[in-house]
Amino acid sequence: MLNEETVIRNRAEGGKTSATQLRIALRNCGVIDPEDIEDAIGQGAYAALAKVLADGDPEGTIRTIMDSGLRGRGGGGFPTGLKWQLSARPQADQKYVVCNADEGDPGAFMDRSILEGDPHTVLEAMAICGYCIGATKGLIYIRAEYPLAIERLHIAIRQARDYGFLGEDLFGSGFAFDIEMRYGAGAFVCGEETALIHSMEGLRGEPTLKPPFPSESGYLGKPTNVNNVETFASVPPIILKGAAWFASIGTEKSKGTKVFALAGKINKVGLIEVPMGTTLREVIYEIGGGLQHGKAFKAVQTGGPSGGCLTTAHLDTPIDYDNLIAAGSMMGSGGMIVMDEDDCMVSVAKFFLDFTVEESCGKCTPCRIGNKRLYELLEKITRGQGTREDLDHLYNLSLVIKDTSLCGLGQSSPNPVLSTLHNFRDEYLAHVDEHKCPAGVCRELIRYEIVPENCVGCTACARNCPVNAISGERKQIHFIDQAICIKCGACLEKCKFDAVIIN
Amino acid sequence: MERIRTAEQLHRIRASREQMSLERREQGIVEVRVALATCGLASGAKSTYEYLVEELPKRHIEARVLRTGCMGYCYAEPTIEVTLPGAEPMVFGGVDPARADQIIERYIRQGEMVDGHIPRNYEKVTLE
Repeated sequence: MLNEETVIRNRAEGGKTSATQLRIALRNCGVIDPEDIEDAIGQGAYAALAKVLADGDPEGTIRTIMDSGLRGRGGGGFPTGLKWQLSARPQADQKYVVCNADEGDPGAFMDRSILEGDPHTVLEAMAICGYCIGATKGLIYIRAEYPLAIERLHIAIRQARDYGFLGEDLFGSGFAFDIEMRYGAGAFVCGEETALIHSMEGLRGEPTLKPPFPSESGYLGKPTNVNNVETFASVPPIILKGAAWFASIGTEKSKGTKVFALAGKINKVGLIEVPMGTTLREVIYEIGGGLQHGKAFKAVQTGGPSGGCLTTAHLDTPIDYDNLIAAGSMMGSGGMIVMDEDDCMVSVAKFFLDFTVEESCGKCTPCRIGNKRLYELLEKITRGQGTREDLDHLYNLSLVIKDTSLCGLGQSSPNPVLSTLHNFRDEYLAHVDEHKCPAGVCRELIRYEIVPENCVGCTACARNCPVNAISGERKQIHFIDQAICIKCGACLEKCKFDAVIIN
Repeated sequence: MERIRTAEQLHRIRASREQMSLERREQGIVEVRVALATCGLASGAKSTYEYLVEELPKRHIEARVLRTGCMGYCYAEPTIEVTLPGAEPMVFGGVDPARADQIIERYIRQGEMVDGHIPRNYEKVTLE
């Protein structure tokens, strides 16, 4: 059986034999009972906190995190050690450590899984962070749609207090730290740290301009360090196994491992954790078991509504922060949606813009109105009414929204449009020039037709057509009246003789 | 519970947990983990869990049934992991009560392989 060193060595030697996962953040998920603190202790929980407090060297601990190369796992990829250092610098009577558990990308469930499977790792890392930056209070901002994660966190916090891992005088060091929960209503924008802080303050979840950064003036105007769940979950192993160990995993600028929620048209949908630098091909074909029904791979969407699509050209690109940005996408929080030949990329862009329009807080004009206009242009194109000028307009407007929006949501929201425009331009051209949807998805652009050679006249399609658009006698060739057809696809589904096709 | 004030106290808990787990193995106690995160619950893992908790003692099999978080095999929920004494842990997917019955009778009792076995495809760090 492989061990952890083998995974790292295979990776370092470019070994292709085993695209094995390496679980650091997920190390205890599926292993321990999340409601039993001693089960967590049995796997080493709170040993890192004990070590940090015994060492009594917050600056040294921050240096360890810096040297490890850990970067923010929520999507931005900001160096975690540097963030801690910036939050440690200001003098203040009160500072805060915030855990961002507002996971909002469609199809992403990494943070929820960590909180439900191993809540203690997050509590421990928050206390470590608090000690390093000089904060005595921690807050977990979590969406109310995660009731089980909330329940398990409550149990974990209560147990940690009972055991003395939270509260006064932790491990006899004199350091006090406690954690409270704050609930969000599930707004995507509240994953942005300034909006998150305002939401915790009881204000509208709207972002504000940075600077001032939360590390100077955050929650209630006090220095605040905000990290994502997965980032925190990576901290205890770094403390215990050392910065050099963590830095030996991954690529030059992206160290460690990343958790991905692998979804879409893939055989083995699941939660995976791989060393940075693993290729998409390894993730999709080796870990994910390839595409469903043997269909051809078309694209993979990473980074959710802020990310973009990668194509067959990127299959062998090592996945890390910088490579994904260079390829026109981004790491994001780790959603990975695999698409096959039956997916229309214009519709995919429209899906994400629909989400953005819904989730834009409306504070700044480019995001509020610009994204709506982008959506309308995409809607027009998927109806076959788009023109080449619309494509230029789409491109230019995307750039303006990126450049002028207030926060990360608007600055990244046109990415799905830009990356599909760049990687799948011919598909857009087919929609505007020929008014055709090559993937056969856009309703207005497709026709269901019956191939006379295959039709046996079984009447199954006609009986199942909800609008009686199909005519034909038993054992005679049937016919679809395009004027009546609503393109629901019921006939295609019912036909056992492959006689119904999309044209 | 007395508050833990030193690394040694923490270590003692860890050591006693390891000891307990060792003793369970020696006594031939089977360990069964049921993935009970939101994803597992949504696909019916709760009834699998309840079935195991109820049936194992009834069939005179000494076992420790644990609820855990997500094991990562979304395509094969509900998933359980069975560790027979002295054997590597085995993960099984699509475990409804009927398959759980098979696993008890054939894998736990007789060590025979049953449908739904998922080969482990990851390594994890261990914290010393």
